Order: sequence, then C-alpha cells, then structure tokens
Amino acid sequence: MRLQKKHVGLIIYLLLLILPIYWMLNMSLRTNADILGAFSLYPENPTFANYLKIFSDPSWYSGYINSIIYVTLNTIISLVTALPAAYAFSRYRFIGDKHVFFWLLTNRMAPPAVFLLPFFQLYSTFGLIDTHIAVALSHCLFNVPLAVWILEGFMSGVPKEIDETAFIDGYSFPRFFITIFLPLIRAGIGVTAFFCFMFSWVELLLARTLTTTNAKPIAATMTRTVSATGLDWGLLAAAGILTIVPGALVIWFVRNHLAKGFALGRV
Amino acid sequence: MVKWDNNRAWFLVIPVFVIVAFSAIIPLMTVVNYSVQDIFGPGQRFFIGAEWFREVLHDERLHAALWRQFMFSGLVLLIEMPLGVLIALAMPKKGWTASLVLVLLALPLLIPWNVIGTIWIIFTRPDIGLMGALINSAGIPFDHTGSPLDAWITVMLMEVWHWTPLVALLAYAGLRAIPEAYYQAAKIDGASRWAVFRYIQLPKMRGVLTIALLLRFMDSFLIYAEPFVLTGGGPGNSTTFLSIYLVKVAVGQFDLGPAAAFSLIYFLIVLLFCFLFYQALQAVGTGDKG
Repeated sequence: MRLQKKHVGLIIYLLLLILPIYWMLNMSLRTNADILGAFSLYPENPTFANYLKIFSDPSWYSGYINSIIYVTLNTIISLVTALPAAYAFSRYRFIGDKHVFFWLLTNRMAPPAVFLLPFFQLYSTFGLIDTHIAVALSHCLFNVPLAVWILEGFMSGVPKEIDETAFIDGYSFPRFFITIFLPLIRAGIGVTAFFCFMFSWVELLLARTLTTTNAKPIAATMTRTVSATGLDWGLLAAAGILTIVPGALVIWFVRNHLAKGFALGRV
Repeated sequence: MVKWDNNRAWFLVIPVFVIVAFSAIIPLMTVVNYSVQDIFGPGQRFFIGAEWFREVLHDERLHAALWRQFMFSGLVLLIEMPLGVLIALAMPKKGWTASLVLVLLALPLLIPWNVIGTIWIIFTRPDIGLMGALINSAGIPFDHTGSPLDAWITVMLMEVWHWTPLVALLAYAGLRAIPEAYYQAAKIDGASRWAVFRYIQLPKMRGVLTIALLLRFMDSFLIYAEPFVLTGGGPGNSTTFLSIYLVKVAVGQFDLGPAAAFSLIYFLIVLLFCFLFYQALQAVGTGDKG
C-alpha cells in the first residue's frame, strides 16, 4: 500500500490511542514491588501472578461471568424490541411518530446518579434486585432508544420497492421481515449489537446499584478492591486488561461484518 | 423517503414503548415527587411546592459547576467532532487494514468508565506512569492532583482519548455509505479535495454526525465516573462537574429533595440543548440538499 501523508497521521493517532492501554498491560505483567520500584518501558521480569489471582478467585472471575450474562441479555432484548420499532419509524407515518422517536432518545439524557434510588425502589417492588435480568432491563433505558435510532438509519437505506415487491408476491409481514428484510440489514444489526454490547458493558452505576452479590459486575468488583485493600496496581491493571478482552474478542469476530456494516449503512 | 400512512404501525412500536416507559416514566415520577417534598424519613414528608427549585437555582456552587460543565462539554465537542471526522477520512476503505483500524479504534470504548479513570491515574503518575514521567523528564512539573490546570488537561485528554473513536466510527459509517459514482462524477468535474468534502462527504455524513453530536453532548454533559475516579472533583472544586456535584448533594448530604430538583433542572438543560442541536442539524441538512 502506498504510504500517504494522511496514513502517517492515522498511524500516529493509533499509536497514541494504544499507549495508555499498553501501559496498563505493562503494569499487569509486573509485581507491585517492581511497579513501584523502578520505571520501566516493558516488564523485565514478566509475571502472570496477577492474572492467576483473578482466574483462581471466584469473587473476581464471577464478576466477568455476571457482566457477560447481563450484557448478552440486554443486547438480545434491545435488538428484538428495536427491530420492529425501527421498521415502523423507517417505513410508516403514524400519529406521534416524530415525537415518540425523539422522546426515546431523551431517556438517555437523565442524569443517572439520581435515578439510582427510584430504580432501586422500582426493581425491589418486583423482587428483581440482584438478578441479571434487572440489570439487563435497566440498561434498556439507554440502549433500546439508541438501537432504534441506528437501525432506523440502516433500514431507510433499503429501498421501499423491496417491501412492495415482497407483499405483491404474497409474503406475510413476519415472513417477509425475517426471511428477506433482516438478511438485507444484517450488517446494520451487527453494528447495533456492537453499540448495545459496548454501552451495557461499560455502564457501572446502575449495574452496581441493582446488584449485591449474585449478579455483581466486574467493574464493581474492581472498585471494591481499590477501597478495601489500598491500591494493588498490578492486580488492578490485570483486571482492567481483562475487561477489554471480551469486547475485543466480539469485535474481532464481527470485524468483517462491522466493516461491511459501516459500508452499507446510510445511518 | 415518502412513507406509508398507517397508524397500525404503532403495534410495532409498542414493545419498545413499554420497555422504555417502564424504566423511564416511573422513576421520573418518583424524582418529581421527591422534588416537591421535604423528607425526614419514611412516612414523614411534607409538600413544600417549588421551594427546593428556588434553593437550587440560587446555589452559587451549582452555578460554578454548571459553568464548568458548559466549558468542558463545549471544548470536548470542539475537539472531538473535527478530529473524529479527520480520522474517518484517513481510514483505509477496505482490506485487513480497515478491519484492524476498526478494532483498534473500538478498544477504548470497551473499557468500563471507572476503569478508564484508573488507567489514566496509572498513566499520568509522575513516578510510575509513562505520560507523567515523560512530561516531568522534559522539565515541566505536571501533577493533576495539585494543579487545577493540570487536572483539566488530564481530564480533557482522557475524554478525547476515550470518545473520539466513537465519532470516528460513526463518521466512517457515513463516509462508507457514499456510492463510488459520486466521487467519479466529482473527478470528472475536476472538483477540489475541499469541494468533495464540503458538497459530497459532509452532507452525506449529516445523519451520523447528528447522532454522534447528540451522543457526545449528552455523555460529556453527564460525565461522572471518569473524572470522579481520576481527580475526585479536585483539586479544590476545579473538576467538580455537574453530576459529581449532584452526587455530593444527593449522597454526601443525603438531601433527596434538593437533589431531585437539581436533577430535574439538569435533565431539562440537556433536553433543551439536544433539541436545539437536533433541530439545527435537521435544518442544515434540508438546506444542503439542493
């Protein structure tokens, strides 16, 4: 590939982007004494002790499992409900459509801090505290609207003639939607799923409030450790690196769909 | 696109409407309820009308936090939007490099927000952090726990580092949706690089940039975990943004009434600005189509 000026800029940017993450990786492979003892650009005596501790202590690794469960639940709920709604917003004009469309997004705008107590009361009433489904549902508050907005964009990129032809050919709506329409916007669904996954994965305040032990997310486990035992830099860095891994794996597997999805979407 | 008129389309929207309303309207009503009462304990509450709103609106520290918040969000948007678009323009269009760049860009977005703060604490420590050590070895004293300016620089850097990829990803999605024919036509007409950007790429990115701008405005205005972990709002109150102050009121002093009134005002400010941005961008778009 020909190296152009813009590529040089991009490469420099990407290097700067990776630098803090690299630094955390560097820390995670060293012992605390080593970290505090000497400044070093790379781990001179790499150790996996920090990672071993996380994988052998249930209070650590269960955090990852909990996070993965509720994030997956949330992504599925968001997609299943948002798909038909996005289709309606993309194809039909109906009473209140524009208002509801904007209102959906306004639910992202409330300061989460003070919604915590009402959320706690609401989910207590239904006996859902400390369950994965409670966190998954509460994250729908910001993920479902975003999913609708992004999917609507992708759907509007598909010509309406396709729907019309299918209906003339005698397809019922559900059959048309599942066998013809969904494959057409497959890549868009991938992009949307990525966004739902990402925002649910990184959200902490709601997840922490609605869980105590059984469904505690990993990010909350990390904060607890910070306050309880002082700063264990190496362990903290290892846990931080591990919070990136599931997400990075997800993107790695869908990377081609993502690239294609971005190519297809009008958004 | 001309849409079909059909009110039965509401049935498709109902699941979303129910699921969002369930976790939006009920808590919102609770907050409204708190905001007009004086609460002493369970069963001991008195209706006091708009008292809390009056108190909150006259709070000097709130004004300071609000001003700080506007500065912060404004600066963040000014840096992140153009930078994100520039990165999207420089990204490779296909092949393994495109996939690789996408994956690398997405990495910061996948880190939980409080972990972001932790990373930057480590990264900017003068003794063990790469950035802190580099700046100090250049002879410039840099300490975000001591100097308000350094704290601001650190928080801004962290925010730009964290969120510019989101703008870049969305802008990239918009760019990739432009059919090749547009570029060929522009080439035949001998359009300059700038003209291609101004009259083809920018209008085509309007939709995604609207989403990016709204998301970035909302999230930067509601920012909490990252600066809280990094600086705790200090030194002094120099990085006490609105939600940090809000949590101080709600949790620190346990004043539910004022906190509720505060968050309603907060909510209305975000709502108003998002609505203005949305309207403005929609108007810009329709004007550009010709």
